[in-house]
Amino acid sequence: MTETRRSTTKMVPFPSRSIVPERDLDKQPILETNHLGIEFGGLKAVQDFSITVGRTEIAGLIGPNGAGKTTVFNLLTKVYQPTTGMVLLDGVDTAGKTTVEASKMGIARTFQNIRLFGNMTVEDNVRIGLHNQISYNMFSGIFRLPGYWKQEKRQHEKTMELLSIFDMQDLADVKASNLPYGAQRRLEIVRALATEPKLLLLDEPAAGMNPHETEELMDNIIRIRDQFQIAVLLIEHDMKLVMGICEGICVLNFGQIIAKGTAEEIQANPVVIEAYLGKQKEAEA
Amino acid sequence: MVIFLSHLVNGVSLGSVYAIIALGYSMVYGIAKMLNFAHGDVIMVGAYVCYSAIQYWGLPPFVGILLSMVVCTLLGMLIEFGAYRPLRQATSLAVLITAIGVSYLLQNVALLIWGANPKVFSSVVGFGSLTLFNGELKITSEALITIVVSVLIMVGLTLFTGKTRMGKAMRAVSEDRGAAELMGINVNRTISMTFAIGSALAAIAGVLLCSSYPALMPTTGSMPGIKAFTAAVFGGIGSIPGAMLGGILLGIIEILGKAYISTELGDALVFAVLIIILLFKPSGLLGRPEREKV
Repeated sequence: MTETRRSTTKMVPFPSRSIVPERDLDKQPILETNHLGIEFGGLKAVQDFSITVGRTEIAGLIGPNGAGKTTVFNLLTKVYQPTTGMVLLDGVDTAGKTTVEASKMGIARTFQNIRLFGNMTVEDNVRIGLHNQISYNMFSGIFRLPGYWKQEKRQHEKTMELLSIFDMQDLADVKASNLPYGAQRRLEIVRALATEPKLLLLDEPAAGMNPHETEELMDNIIRIRDQFQIAVLLIEHDMKLVMGICEGICVLNFGQIIAKGTAEEIQANPVVIEAYLGKQKEAEA
Repeated sequence: MVIFLSHLVNGVSLGSVYAIIALGYSMVYGIAKMLNFAHGDVIMVGAYVCYSAIQYWGLPPFVGILLSMVVCTLLGMLIEFGAYRPLRQATSLAVLITAIGVSYLLQNVALLIWGANPKVFSSVVGFGSLTLFNGELKITSEALITIVVSVLIMVGLTLFTGKTRMGKAMRAVSEDRGAAELMGINVNRTISMTFAIGSALAAIAGVLLCSSYPALMPTTGSMPGIKAFTAAVFGGIGSIPGAMLGGILLGIIEILGKAYISTELGDALVFAVLIIILLFKPSGLLGRPEREKV
């Protein structure tokens, strides 16, 4: 099954250190980072981070704990401002942009530790994602003018449509904190999709899921990519998921990229094996 | 019995004023995670603006109230923009000290403009009082209006936070500012909006308070401000129904305490309640307990 998932993609070198799927080659890459880096008081958390993600690529970012993977996500979403290098989102430089502007430019993410609005319903959580797609003013909101109802209806339909990706329509009125763990992770993805991103960042989407749920998640990520025609960049420790669906994989260790390539290349790369398992000699000894 | 009822109505009325002020404290705390101790002084400014509009410029009371709401809204947004926004990343202690500084600033500016002599605030409510039980129970129109207005505000705010886009954004920011930002919600604008609403409510509270208790001085706002803060903590800070409940209960406790226990101890009683509540229910009556993550 794993093989069929990946067999359609051929990865080709992109004119700058990276590879993108062949189908995305003639289009503007959705994400390009150049020598991106950040220091926290002298500690170089991430340095010289350069990757390219194709328009409809599913890319993976892996590495041991503390390698700086989530820091990369925080740099891409402008939670941190980089100390060096640049991020091009759909060809536009994001230097000096705020988190909100990055979101409007088409980047959305989920979190390693789930950060839903727990006291709000499932539907309201998705609607927060729709925040910038609604346009009625406060007065028609309070006094329920016709414009409000029209928008309200459209939003409700949009919310249900998004929830239907994971068959969650029935849960619309449930308080988000009362959802089971797996459903909370799925809701985070739906909420991120509501912002109409071009690039979806998933921070350990399979964490805490059982093998069956992970299988489903893999299919769903591919389906989301196909349906919305967006790129996905994901951080994950579950190698079955990463090797199963990621077309291009980037390995981070101590804040630096140690390898880039397809799943086969990464699996065969001695530097990667060393980073994960320690030196061969020590292992034998 | 009739006297008790009369005290009770006065208590609910005073409590309604506390509740309106407490809403401002609670909303700002919930969303900006800070205690805006200048909130009480915005009440005072609101009352002075309304007083000036009626006494000096001869405007009708209704226009005076609207004007004071507009001035306070702008003042609230200005305070947030000038004093608190630059401290968004600072420690909460720095913000707290700044808030106390803003409070003294407002008091002293009011002292410069309007002087230290108490002004006699003439009630903005035009009609007489309601008499029940053959004239034994007299409810002032100010008390009635105060109660009605506070109920309307409560309903309006509940609809606003529950149903509108801005209200939902506010709830999202209050739950997780970082996540809200990543969903494209402009946190600064949301916080500014919260200050605007809180300050407009403070203007209403100032006018209502001074209609019932007419002496207006630059320090008029500080005591009700602190009591409303107590009410917000009492009801569960951050919670809108909590602020409302806390305010009304506190008003009743204060008036009944003054009537049946001791006039001097009325205020002390209010703060004693705060201490007791904090001992037994640190998150307040309707507050959510903070769960420690293990």
